[in-house]
Amino acid sequence: MGIGTLKGIGLQLLALGSLLAGVQPAYGIPAFARKYGLPCSACHEAWPMLNNFGQTFKDNGYQLGNERDAPIYQEPSYWPIMFRTTPIWHRENNNRQAVDLVPGNASSGLVESSVTTSGFDLQGVDVITAGTLSKNISFFVQPFIGNNSISLAQAWARFDNLAGTHWLNFKFGKFELDEPISQERSLTLNNTGGLYYNYFFTPPGDNNFFAGIGFPQLGIELSGHSGNDYTRYSVAMVTDSNGQTGLPSNQAYDVYANFNQAFEARWFGKQQVGVYGYFGQSPTFFQTSGGSPIPGTGTGNRSFYRLGAYGHWYIDKFDFYTFYMHGSDNVFLGNSVPANQPSLLPLGAVGPTWNGGFVEGHYNPNPRLILIGRYELARMSREANPTIRGNAGNLDSWTAGYRWYPIMSPRAGLAWVQEYSRLINAGAAPLSGKDDIRNSYLMGFDFDF
Amino acid sequence: MRMKITLASCAVVVSLLWSVTGLAQESHIGNLVGHANRGKALYQRYCIFCHGEYGDGTGESAPYLDPKPRDFTKAVFKCRSTPSGSLPLDSDLYATISRGVHASGMPSWKPLLRQERADLVAYVKTFSSAFQEEKPGESVSIPPEPLSSPESIKRGGELFQSLNCWSCHGKDGRGHGPSAATLTDSKGYPITPFDFTTGSRFKCGDSDPEMFRDLVTGLDGTPMPSFANAMTPDQRWDVVHYIRSLHVSRKPRGMKIQSEGQ
Repeated sequence: MGIGTLKGIGLQLLALGSLLAGVQPAYGIPAFARKYGLPCSACHEAWPMLNNFGQTFKDNGYQLGNERDAPIYQEPSYWPIMFRTTPIWHRENNNRQAVDLVPGNASSGLVESSVTTSGFDLQGVDVITAGTLSKNISFFVQPFIGNNSISLAQAWARFDNLAGTHWLNFKFGKFELDEPISQERSLTLNNTGGLYYNYFFTPPGDNNFFAGIGFPQLGIELSGHSGNDYTRYSVAMVTDSNGQTGLPSNQAYDVYANFNQAFEARWFGKQQVGVYGYFGQSPTFFQTSGGSPIPGTGTGNRSFYRLGAYGHWYIDKFDFYTFYMHGSDNVFLGNSVPANQPSLLPLGAVGPTWNGGFVEGHYNPNPRLILIGRYELARMSREANPTIRGNAGNLDSWTAGYRWYPIMSPRAGLAWVQEYSRLINAGAAPLSGKDDIRNSYLMGFDFDF
Repeated sequence: MRMKITLASCAVVVSLLWSVTGLAQESHIGNLVGHANRGKALYQRYCIFCHGEYGDGTGESAPYLDPKPRDFTKAVFKCRSTPSGSLPLDSDLYATISRGVHASGMPSWKPLLRQERADLVAYVKTFSSAFQEEKPGESVSIPPEPLSSPESIKRGGELFQSLNCWSCHGKDGRGHGPSAATLTDSKGYPITPFDFTTGSRFKCGDSDPEMFRDLVTGLDGTPMPSFANAMTPDQRWDVVHYIRSLHVSRKPRGMKIQSEGQ
């Protein structure tokens, strides 16, 4: 593998890192706790992770169904708004970062070096307002105030219980897909272990515009569920804009579907299994003006898909997520070649395919404490370009941590968090092509009001 | 030998403590057996902020709720299948937890496992010694429901007037009768009579048989008395049909009472 290819992989990882840094942390919504007088633990296994009661409440359009949901029943002073922020101290290490041989001298040449940084930090502020506009019309708006930016992470409205049945609900706007395991509600926050990598995985050299099911997307969703939420489905159609507002980059629509079924195992708890799939098309080139792409003119669409199965298993106070994904991109996407120039495809080029998954375990002895452990991996089964080393793109990630909730009330939530995570990207060091290893440690407070 | 005696003594002491603290309390709902020790953890997760640590209805959220959360230490429950003044069956408490209490802060906890709900019933019973000292009453019998008819509704309307239901619920059933403003529950908190015109759900169930049952048992702890002796079964069905006729929009509700868990 040439140095150019390795640099390309390194840049891709950097780009992915930047992209992932834009993923907002998860949330609990004490605005609901205040509305109903219920503690965080009623809806959350450990906030922000939902339990079945909380998931049912969410699926019912933020309604408990006891004639206390509509705004007319609220005190006039009640305002359904909350904020969440996470002041932390963290330490980040990358064992093979490309650095100038002489700091400040770009022409001195690059070498790989271990770089460690640490300090106090703030992961921005989530502001969330959500609830019901009236009976069976719910909404959710989530501006995110970053350290240097403001963005709209989600904004949607939903018509609930259409035709008087739980099985028909219609949502439109920018929303989190009904993911197998919610990225927005991940229990971990640190830089390398705060994400489900499989949700965002793109093979080396791939320029698929779609960056992952972990991002909120723009579109519509039809969903439904049984009364106790044990059977659930959702089908969404979204523009292939990766959730970016403004004129879509692409003139194609993607489809995402998810189905899951739960059952009771009396002495173990709830067990859930599910399947999901994301099928889409992504542009391979744009119409240009003077060589510059014209926004919204993405064309030469080529297909890709992600699909898999998952489970959520309870054994008393332990629970485990198991997740599997198979991914495939078209050969033009995988090789970053415009579909109108097939001659640019390298000899032997094929569409890349890969498999991945994770196991995440929790021990939740009481509502105030949860221990978290996760192992995640991704394995390329077919590289797009035969000149790329077979394991390029493979990754392994370990994360361990805990969240302790000294304050848990119907008014606010506060968690003390400690996490450690290690990520190994096979062959991704920018110069040597050796493994790129990143370590992240985080401790701090996560609170919302 | 001495060791064996010591161990046996310890076992007796632990058993006594177990029994005295109520954690040995069980519930029986169909083939489900609930255990209070497991229910305690669930209670602390889901119930404590309204019903309070000691089950006396003084949780952190209680001041903001209307109606107030149930005080389990009194062992007085609105929704029962047993006669007025008697303890409820385990299945009654299970049904209330599963269904919730309409028009109150108590949601349906049906998303919890059936076993978890059974465990919660067992733990709720530990708050009052009455459950160890007394047996629950016999479940009241509910005869088959006759078809609703204009005549039945008319007779029910006459009973609604003659039995003074209107003094609380109002002549049009909207819950603003002349006595409504003066009503309090057994703890002295103001309480509002039910408005029969909104929807088809009631405090203790959605079906006609459940409404019939409420007329027999009354809602203990509230001003709603038992009409077990004041009406014949046929008259109770007439009143049920009349109340159904007050709904702005209604659907036939001749369904059976839910017996989940059996």
